[in-house]
Amino acid sequence: MSTTVTTTTGMWKGGRSPFNVEYGKLMMWYFLMSDSFTFGAFLIAYGTTRFATNGWPNPNEVFDKAPFIGGGFPLVYVSFMTFVLIISSVTMVLAVHEGHKMNRKGVVKYLILTIIGGLIFLGSQAWEWTHLFQEGAWWGRNPFPNYDGTISTTNFTNFFFTITGFHGFHVFSGVVINITMLIMTLRKTFDKRGHYLMIEKAGLYWHFVDLVWVFVFTCFYLV
Amino acid sequence: MEHTLESLAAEQHVGGGTKEIIRVTIILSVLTGVELALGFAMMHMPYEGLERHFFKGAILILMLVKAFYIVAYFMHLKHELRNLIMTIVVPLFLFAWFIIAFLSDGNSFKNDKNTWDRNHKERSQEKMPVKEEQTHKLE
Repeated sequence: MSTTVTTTTGMWKGGRSPFNVEYGKLMMWYFLMSDSFTFGAFLIAYGTTRFATNGWPNPNEVFDKAPFIGGGFPLVYVSFMTFVLIISSVTMVLAVHEGHKMNRKGVVKYLILTIIGGLIFLGSQAWEWTHLFQEGAWWGRNPFPNYDGTISTTNFTNFFFTITGFHGFHVFSGVVINITMLIMTLRKTFDKRGHYLMIEKAGLYWHFVDLVWVFVFTCFYLV
Repeated sequence: MEHTLESLAAEQHVGGGTKEIIRVTIILSVLTGVELALGFAMMHMPYEGLERHFFKGAILILMLVKAFYIVAYFMHLKHELRNLIMTIVVPLFLFAWFIIAFLSDGNSFKNDKNTWDRNHKERSQEKMPVKEEQTHKLE
């Protein structure tokens, strides 16, 4: 920074960005804030319904299947999905990091890894949804009894498919954004611009997708 | 004082660094591991018991810690200016009211229904007819 600003009010006197970020990044933050309220509203609706219901299906009995090994393994598959998403978040940070260093090859490498992580996650979710559908679960249909064997409501499946579906849609758009970033990087768009700030914005979105999964994973599979 | 995008890009070197990324990755993995361990430990506890609720509370706290690490380090918010941090974080405190108000409302709805609607209480104690294991095919 060429000048040192000593007072906070100086930040607002014009001539510089008071938040010290570019416009697009600030707007990405505000978008993510509003998106977190959307997800928050969904999850709180789910929590409220759960608190208002006698009994609830046991997630460890419902989500106990994994490809190749079959049933009876609660939490195994979903922890795999969680780790995939965390690792893809890490590779995204590394892509942003390479962007700071203006290292195009590094950005390309880590973006590809991030995209692969996103696709593995989407594939896992597709498998899980297909399997649940084959067991008779869908919006409006719930074959799983409550943990004490009593009759359950369809709220369980409705919330599960709506919220994981909405999150999956975010993952999908994140992958599309990352592929766009990859193409732009390969075409040297950012080198011509002289900065890789666009990768940071895509990164913010991707980390947000990971962040939401932390909450969805906990609320549906763990507690 | 020129403030180009290039200079913004250059300024944002504060914090970060590969060391920090590795450190946060390890922290997030360990926290997830602990969450899963608690989840496995919880499986055989009685439902609606105090012990189970305690474990659930611990998992929820770990979830918030994970969220903090993702936002602060991966999303880089910790290294932004205080002004920016505040405009993002302060509105989110609305969630405190949001969660308390709605969950307690749901809970009192359940209690009122169980107290005053006999039929509701009895119906929720009926067992679900066990269907023949339908499609348990995998692969």
